[in-house]
Amino acid sequence: MNEYLLDVRNLKTYFPVKGGLLRRIIGHVHAVEDVSFRLKEKQVFALVGESGCGKSTTGKSILRLIDPTAGQVIFDGQDITQLSQEEVRKKRRDMQFIFQNPYASLNPRMNVWQLLSEPLKAHFSLSESELRDRVESMLDKIGFTKDQLQRYPHQFSGGQKQRISIARALITQPRFVVADEPVSALDVSIQAQILNLLVQLQQEMSLSMVFISHDLNVVRFISSQVAVMYLGSIMEMGATKQIYAHPRHPYSKALLGAVPSLDPAKKKKRKALGGEVPNPANPPTGCPFHPRCDRASELCRQQKPLLTQQGDRALACYHPLDN
Amino acid sequence: MGHLLEISNLKISTPRGKNLVPLLDKVSLNVPKGQCLGIVGESGCGKSITATSLLQQLPYPLRVTEGTTAFDSFQHGKVDLLTLPSKKMRNIRGREIAMIFQEPMTSLDPIFTIQQQMFEALQFHFPRMSHKEMLDKCLSMLVKVNIPRPEQTLSSYPHQLSGGQLQRIMIAIALMNDPRLLIADEPTTALDVTIQMQILDLMNELKESNDAAVLMITHDLGVIAETSQHVAVFYAGHIVEEAPVMELFHHPQHPYTKGLLKSISSLSGDSNLLYAIPGIVPPGGSWDAHCRFAARCEYASEKCLKDVPALTEVASGHLCRCFLHRQEVEA
Repeated sequence: MNEYLLDVRNLKTYFPVKGGLLRRIIGHVHAVEDVSFRLKEKQVFALVGESGCGKSTTGKSILRLIDPTAGQVIFDGQDITQLSQEEVRKKRRDMQFIFQNPYASLNPRMNVWQLLSEPLKAHFSLSESELRDRVESMLDKIGFTKDQLQRYPHQFSGGQKQRISIARALITQPRFVVADEPVSALDVSIQAQILNLLVQLQQEMSLSMVFISHDLNVVRFISSQVAVMYLGSIMEMGATKQIYAHPRHPYSKALLGAVPSLDPAKKKKRKALGGEVPNPANPPTGCPFHPRCDRASELCRQQKPLLTQQGDRALACYHPLDN
Repeated sequence: MGHLLEISNLKISTPRGKNLVPLLDKVSLNVPKGQCLGIVGESGCGKSITATSLLQQLPYPLRVTEGTTAFDSFQHGKVDLLTLPSKKMRNIRGREIAMIFQEPMTSLDPIFTIQQQMFEALQFHFPRMSHKEMLDKCLSMLVKVNIPRPEQTLSSYPHQLSGGQLQRIMIAIALMNDPRLLIADEPTTALDVTIQMQILDLMNELKESNDAAVLMITHDLGVIAETSQHVAVFYAGHIVEEAPVMELFHHPQHPYTKGLLKSISSLSGDSNLLYAIPGIVPPGGSWDAHCRFAARCEYASEKCLKDVPALTEVASGHLCRCFLHRQEVEA
């Protein structure tokens, strides 16, 4: 038995950019650039960053929803990137994906019964009564009743739809799930309900989870380990509590400082981070963050810092903030 | 201190069969000069249609069925925006009242350059302005909103710019004619947090320097805390609480406001379970005949299931729509 359920090693996912008269490949977008992390059984690991930083692509590459360009994804001792399509399909019984937008990810022409029994039919050969038992017990877990089985997605609110898509992902009893922004399409008062449900199911079913989000508050609540991504690379990685209490990478600090405070009296005298996220098709030389960083030196402009273990966390920075 | 805009008893409905279903129910609000009024609420609570009705741009088939407004126009004096003839309305729209929309990527026209779109806003209100004057004005506006290469940006098309830059340009266009009222409908929702911070700082700064009043519409209480002086909380088509910003965040009175603040702040605590308001947001138009929050409220009593509570003053300048406080006041 391995200590780690999931071991992502030097994952790279590039997308070709085509151009010119013959639509030849003229370059690559480095969506995920050398990402490595490990996840223990029953752990929640969060990937956080701004749009375009490669967090969703990382999640999809792990499950081979997008084929990675290079690197290894070792799940339970087996390298996922080497499997054939058919083998990957079988593996998905153990690794599932929860999508961001429940309005788009549920087929409007399937009712709840069809939506929930479909994954079971694809992965197991169950009798009709076994099927019914599994669907009903899952239904109970997400707080639905049996008479809602015949309803269609449009008859439910956004929060209820997201419950259905969570149930659909977890009904095969996977050991590992990637949740890609599962609450960001929902109203504020509904987000808390769905997060509570996710945490409760994660504990009940001993799930390991990679949780992808741009919302720093949500990440603090749900994860024990966190990786802050910027332009395809991990900038800082470690225990969530430590990183939130003392961010050491200048980008993590700026990101955490940008969350609006709920106390109007504390309207902080903070300086907004200048500039914008560079185009990943044309990344800056050296450290990807140096054009926006006030600690950047000549070294940062020339050479990209590698992610190295520094004390309680991993950092990719030549001039980190003091602990 | 006079109010720039007074809205009283605004009611907006949509036809459903032969009936009219209300989507916004008797909302009264005042926007003071030079201040920022925040409207916060969840989807379907009527916050965006309040804004679009002020510019007579309600999407068909919605219509205003009741209510009046009084806007202090420097061209036409005190006017009711809801019934103003369209010719006069055009003089006000974009000149005295400007609007910033949620999605900068879709609210600029993709087939015109930024210069053409900025010129259009100037030309309409100042037809005699020379090309040189317009160019100078556009460049100075772009500098004001911190666009790095203004000349180059003017000749770009929207797809060549990032979301943050486009939102800056939207703000530049909105503020170009020195409006007295700026309506911002979720101006940062589509943007990343670090960019959101830049845009909010910019809006606060420009509000000061232009002395414009702002109507800030958002679902994010954090954005309200950063920008507004006064806040109205919307729930299911009416105001449930209204107070100065400090008062609202430090002494929320309505169970809905309390619940929202509690569920957001419990995210940053160390607890294992979040505080969640049970139930769902009622969809527009299908509201209970009694207190509309009663079904989700932990304090709901029998009385709450019979009548709609009125908006009453619980402290100076602090209004709340809840029976709990009425009883306290009566007792």
